[in-house]
Amino acid sequence: MKVGCPREILDGEKRVAMTPDSVRQIRKLGYDCVIESGAGLAAGFADTTYEEAGAEVVKTAATLWKQSDIVVKVRGVAAKEEKHLRADQTVISLFWPGQNAELLETFRKAGTNAIAMDMVPRISRAQKMDVLSSMANIAGYRAVIEAGNRFGRFFTGQITAAGKVPPARVLVIGAGVAGLAAIGTATSLGAIVRAFDVRPEVAEQIESMGAEFLMLEFEEDGSGEGGYAKPASPEFIEKEMELFRAQAPEIDIVITTALIPGRPAPKLWPAEMVGLMKPGSVVVDLAAEQGGNCDLTVADEIVTSENGVTIVGYTDFPSRMAAQSSTLYATNIRHMLDDLTPEKDGQVTLNMEDDVIRGATAVKGGEITYPPPAPKIQAIGKAPAAEKPAELTPEEKAAQEIAEHRRKGRQQIGMLALGGAFMMLVGAYAPASFMQHFIVFALACFVGFQVIWNVSHALHTPLMAVTNAISGIIILGALLQIGSSNQIVMILASISVLIATINIVGGFMVTRRMLAMFQKS
Amino acid sequence: MSFNIVTAVYIAASVLFILSLGGLSNQESAKRAVWYGIVGMALAVGATIFGPQVALSNLLLMMIVIGAVIGFIVAQRVEMTGMPQLVAALHTFVGLAAVFIGINSDLAPPEGLVGAEKIIHEVEIFLGVFIGAVTTTGSVVAFGKLSGMVDGKPLTLPGRNILNLIAVLGCIWLGAMYLNHAGPWTLYLMTAIALVFGAHLVLAIGGADMPVVVSMLNSYSGWAAAATGFLLGNDLLIVTGALVGASGAILSYIMCRAMNRNFLSVILGGWGTAVSSSQEVEGEMIATDVASVAGDLQDAQDIIIVPGYGMAVAQAQGAVSEITRRLRAQGKSVRFAIHPVAGRLPGHMNVLLAEAKVPYDIVLEMDEINPDFPNADMVIILGANDIVNPAAQDDPNSPIAGMPVLEVWKARQVIISKRGQGRGYSGIENPLFFKDNSRMLYGDAKASLDQILTSLGS
Repeated sequence: MKVGCPREILDGEKRVAMTPDSVRQIRKLGYDCVIESGAGLAAGFADTTYEEAGAEVVKTAATLWKQSDIVVKVRGVAAKEEKHLRADQTVISLFWPGQNAELLETFRKAGTNAIAMDMVPRISRAQKMDVLSSMANIAGYRAVIEAGNRFGRFFTGQITAAGKVPPARVLVIGAGVAGLAAIGTATSLGAIVRAFDVRPEVAEQIESMGAEFLMLEFEEDGSGEGGYAKPASPEFIEKEMELFRAQAPEIDIVITTALIPGRPAPKLWPAEMVGLMKPGSVVVDLAAEQGGNCDLTVADEIVTSENGVTIVGYTDFPSRMAAQSSTLYATNIRHMLDDLTPEKDGQVTLNMEDDVIRGATAVKGGEITYPPPAPKIQAIGKAPAAEKPAELTPEEKAAQEIAEHRRKGRQQIGMLALGGAFMMLVGAYAPASFMQHFIVFALACFVGFQVIWNVSHALHTPLMAVTNAISGIIILGALLQIGSSNQIVMILASISVLIATINIVGGFMVTRRMLAMFQKS
Repeated sequence: MSFNIVTAVYIAASVLFILSLGGLSNQESAKRAVWYGIVGMALAVGATIFGPQVALSNLLLMMIVIGAVIGFIVAQRVEMTGMPQLVAALHTFVGLAAVFIGINSDLAPPEGLVGAEKIIHEVEIFLGVFIGAVTTTGSVVAFGKLSGMVDGKPLTLPGRNILNLIAVLGCIWLGAMYLNHAGPWTLYLMTAIALVFGAHLVLAIGGADMPVVVSMLNSYSGWAAAATGFLLGNDLLIVTGALVGASGAILSYIMCRAMNRNFLSVILGGWGTAVSSSQEVEGEMIATDVASVAGDLQDAQDIIIVPGYGMAVAQAQGAVSEITRRLRAQGKSVRFAIHPVAGRLPGHMNVLLAEAKVPYDIVLEMDEINPDFPNADMVIILGANDIVNPAAQDDPNSPIAGMPVLEVWKARQVIISKRGQGRGYSGIENPLFFKDNSRMLYGDAKASLDQILTSLGS
């Protein structure tokens, strides 16, 4: 089968769904690759590099669509492209089927299969084809770079001969993939980063990236399905605003990344907050496409507020880094093709039993299969509601220790008393000769326990070998019996002497061999 | 030699035995400690032979010489990977000797015993033979399992606990009859039951629990010797038996604690058959190859190697040692992390690494090395599974929940050398293999390591 990649026709889209590298990999799966002339140009991949990788370059989009059994794209199919669709063709791209019911209908009529990369469920197995994550990662990075571009100061604090420079303070709202990428980029540029998220379980991730997690003292878990956030209650939002109000005057750069699936972006940074910020500060709103987290955001534009705060509302961050995002996107696509081709024979199999493929398939064989059933597995294991044990004061600790000692002491006394009682019982009935031996036995056990605890773990095997050898002491018993006049006794005793000797000699020899091997470096 | 001198020698021997065990607290003093043991044993045997109670005979000397030669040859020939089998086999002998001596004592009882003394003597015979018989067949089965002659899977007969209970109750009943002078047949029947009981006991225990079983049999062989000592009124036997018994008991306890298991549940066996619905692991095992592992090794500074039973099976300790030597020569830090129950014998891995000339000061215990995993660049796991399973900490429903494990997943990268995609001995899925920083290196551990060695160059 042929995999084709047309040039993106949407204005300003610089990405491409196939790179020379991915061509090589896709060919290994048994496919032939076709690419429209100039498709990779904006991302920095010339036609010749595709040809070198083994792809066929065709002149027009029409030819490409005609030849290809599978079409890979970045943006969903545009109106101009709809006429190319045909039955038994599969299109893999970003579809947003939730918002594009008409497009699905077009596909259904045409009999074309649609695989929506944006619908790949968020489970670990599918991470390699999770384009939302790979694009969000780029967006988060680029957001910091764009902010730095508009921000008039250093990120890192410096003390120079020309004076002291304070570090920039960055607030990241929403610690999804984009938020975490932004945190990582900002901290590595030297800024002081704080981050906020409604999902308490991401606190650890935020801290691991080097930012401070702004805790909200409120009993509500904002985690929704699939690792995304869900809408918050009004009381919660009130608390949240209070927190932001306190932060706003100190913060130089705000990066908002808060999105709730299938809803307009929540307004987390209202005009009031912008008013509290210092002139020259920057807000980068990654949610601009869904209406923005900031009241003042205008999609695809940069606006400046009355008090001199710049608000960046770009919606095409990944496209602004087309070379990088194309590489990642093409790799995601390649992994998807990999999963679609279990036999590696260049034949696509839409296995609807597979959670990932089922989730991503929006139209199949003239039937709309969107929405998919909920994935069977929760994306992120919920952190158990950890009841943090109260920090103990030193006095409490000491008291606990004393209690522990007392408990142990009582236990020991109990054991001793029990043992003593048992001894008395035995002593009351057993003859004197037995008691003598019994004392020896009890003491020997005691000595044994005391001595063996000190044996180093590494020497446990030699310990077993040596105890094994000395348990051959049983030979003494056999020696005492071997002189018996009873024939059977003599034979059994002789055998016992024999095997006990094997035991003694074998045990000691092997211990010696082992110990000789232990060497210090 | 008079009786008193013999007793004095016995005292000296007991002291030497205690010193011998105590000396095993570190590697240097251990080498001396063995000699204490040998001298103690020579003194004890010598004094007995030349003492007033034993008539020196050719038969006796012949037996000792033959036994010594066999023992010597076996000890020289055994492979270090065969240590668990050897130890199990030697336990058999002690158990068998205890059975014989007990029966002998019944056949030719010492004279002049009356009343309580006679009853106690008979109880001692009975007990000694019972423990000896259980040790004998238990060790035989353990030997079979460890050497692969018997299937390592636990044998779970229906109602096995009831069977065990019936066997024990039957023995007690026979014991009561024996004390009432029902005749020696009760003793023999009990011996037969105890032999079957011992075999069944160990058959029901899975391969991964073998360290506990071997320690337990070690303990039994000690108690058997102690029981024989009571029987013969010999204090040296009692002391030595008690020392060995205590040692085995402590080892079993340590092993059980290392697996977070109850001693009784190990002994009653059958674990690892009923795999409960532990959490399903989501994700993918990512395979890697020798070339990239070798490359990563060159980049890594701090490397920790976790050996498991798989290393022993593949006989890979030599290759491991050579890789360690070369990496250390390049100035890298290479250390070994040993879990208490790695392998099939307490301390098994230490002995194998020592055999391959890995210096013991870079071989560390779990508690010593666990805090260092977050700083490690690379962890290499050689045929270990359950002892590095994060489910023990994360999944309260896991059958191994609560077992202390090596926290390898905290390292930057984890390489797992494994024969195939199968599960561990306990049959539990290991989430470690699915983690993002884990890479699977499939294939025989020794073959893989040899190839790594070649690509490392000298």
